Amino acid sequence: MGYLALEALVIDVPGRDDGRPLDLHIESGQIWGVLGPNGVGKTTLLHTLAGLRAPRAGTLHLDAAPLSELGRRAVARRLGLVFQERADGFPATVLETAMIGRHPYLSPWQMESDADTRLARDALARLDVAHLEHRLVGTLSGGERQRVAIATVLTQAPQLWLADEPTNHLDLHHQTAVMALLAEQAANGRAVVLCLHDLNLAAQWCTHLLLLYPDGEACWGPARQMLVPTALERLYGQPLATTDIDGTPVFVPRRTS
Amino acid sequence: MRSLALPLTALALLAALALGLAVALGSVSLGPAQLGAVLVGQGDDLSRTLVLDLRLPRALAAFATGGLLAVAGALMQVLLRNPLADPYVLGLSGGAAVGALLAMLAGLGSALVSGSAFAGALLSTLLVFGLAHGTGSWTPSRLLLTGVVVAAGWGAVVTLMLALSPARALPGMLYWLMGDLSYARSPLPGLLVLASACLLAFPLGRSLNVLARGSLQAAALGVAVRPLEWTVYIAASLLTAVAVTIAGSIGFVGLVVPHMLRLVLGNDQRLILPASALAGGTLLTLADTLARTVIAPEQLPVGVITALLGVPTFLYLLHRSR
Repeated sequence: MGYLALEALVIDVPGRDDGRPLDLHIESGQIWGVLGPNGVGKTTLLHTLAGLRAPRAGTLHLDAAPLSELGRRAVARRLGLVFQERADGFPATVLETAMIGRHPYLSPWQMESDADTRLARDALARLDVAHLEHRLVGTLSGGERQRVAIATVLTQAPQLWLADEPTNHLDLHHQTAVMALLAEQAANGRAVVLCLHDLNLAAQWCTHLLLLYPDGEACWGPARQMLVPTALERLYGQPLATTDIDGTPVFVPRRTS
Repeated sequence: MRSLALPLTALALLAALALGLAVALGSVSLGPAQLGAVLVGQGDDLSRTLVLDLRLPRALAAFATGGLLAVAGALMQVLLRNPLADPYVLGLSGGAAVGALLAMLAGLGSALVSGSAFAGALLSTLLVFGLAHGTGSWTPSRLLLTGVVVAAGWGAVVTLMLALSPARALPGMLYWLMGDLSYARSPLPGLLVLASACLLAFPLGRSLNVLARGSLQAAALGVAVRPLEWTVYIAASLLTAVAVTIAGSIGFVGLVVPHMLRLVLGNDQRLILPASALAGGTLLTLADTLARTVIAPEQLPVGVITALLGVPTFLYLLHRSR
């Protein structure tokens, strides 16, 4: 059994038929990319895997325990989620934001220790936002806020990373830096599941892929087997040009009009 | 983030100073020496009566009321993820006012007026919560809207009652609606509730910090969101109900004090909640001292003073902030 096991899982996308139930195991060391067009349920899937939404059918096991029976705190010590959207109701500094990643580990009466602050600062440095630590998050650019959100999960240090389009808003260098960070997490024995829209990042970095189709169909497997141009063209309804650079397939959308 | 002690000590000193002023000033003002003598158990009978029987209970009641309102406001702001929320926004004061005015119209004594206000506040809480919770989806905006509409309904009922009341009952009713501490004589229950709220707030504080970033984010970081939101809502309602029971409806403290503190101290609830208790208490103690001295022997409604003090301060801080 993998670190996160999906058994006959059907996510609850309102107004859609069940489609094909998901039966797959996410093991340590793997990087799973979830691909699919807008509105297909990628975010719903990640939220379901994190236990934030109930599935329509099927079960999830996290670290060999049924996810629905683990408390929120126990879950938060095992998996971390990079959200696609973030609400900033109150102003908070970058360092304070990263520090909330330590929340699952601290008892109610405990203040954050110097070690917690060090973890948060290291995470911010890893994402190139250490120089912003006293800035208010609301005053940052979209890409900087994205990196602060990733630094928060890095501070949380979960065994399983769930990331909802973690490269959103990032420039080319930081897209690669973030994917390298996730690959490093996987190489250190953690597991990663991420939603992506960039086929080329998926081809470069993912070990496994899960393709979600609008009608509820799904297929999954090792990345090399899944990156078939005809399957991807059907997935997005978009003709693709394919080439090969340094042994990695590269996909470019064709102009159709 | 770690420096809780310094701001809290400073605020505690300010609170002590405000309480000292409140017991020293009045129709007969006492100097520091006379005040000290009374507090260590000496001094003449007049000053003993003035300080211990008249001014100290009222000052402590003002302190408790202000602290309760400010803590309730800080909690509501986190609950609704809206820095401009207020304990009165959710219709609490409206329910309390209807309860109190009904008791006054029925000619009941002040203890029953207080009890009736408390019941009205709780009824309003249950009404808003039940309506907002109806179909199971409870979002901050839904709760806020339900509260605003229910508050408007209570407002209409209050106006109707004022219109239909006999003229001799009107001054008392208006004073209650504007907030009045002159009948507050037993500060102990309010102070005890305030102290327990601060004790409860500390272990909940970090969870509230996370909740302030949204319920999904909080759940992903290990917070049991629904139980926490219930706890916060019920606690804030109880605090407001107790405050309203002591002194009638006093606006503005719950809105302004936490917000001012956030501008200066940041947004760590473990600091903001006890700081709100101290600063809210200080503000209302000073406001009440002004209310009973500025045109003595006449007294002003303390709610007017809190608004007149609070509005310019708040606007200045907002203007100056980043």
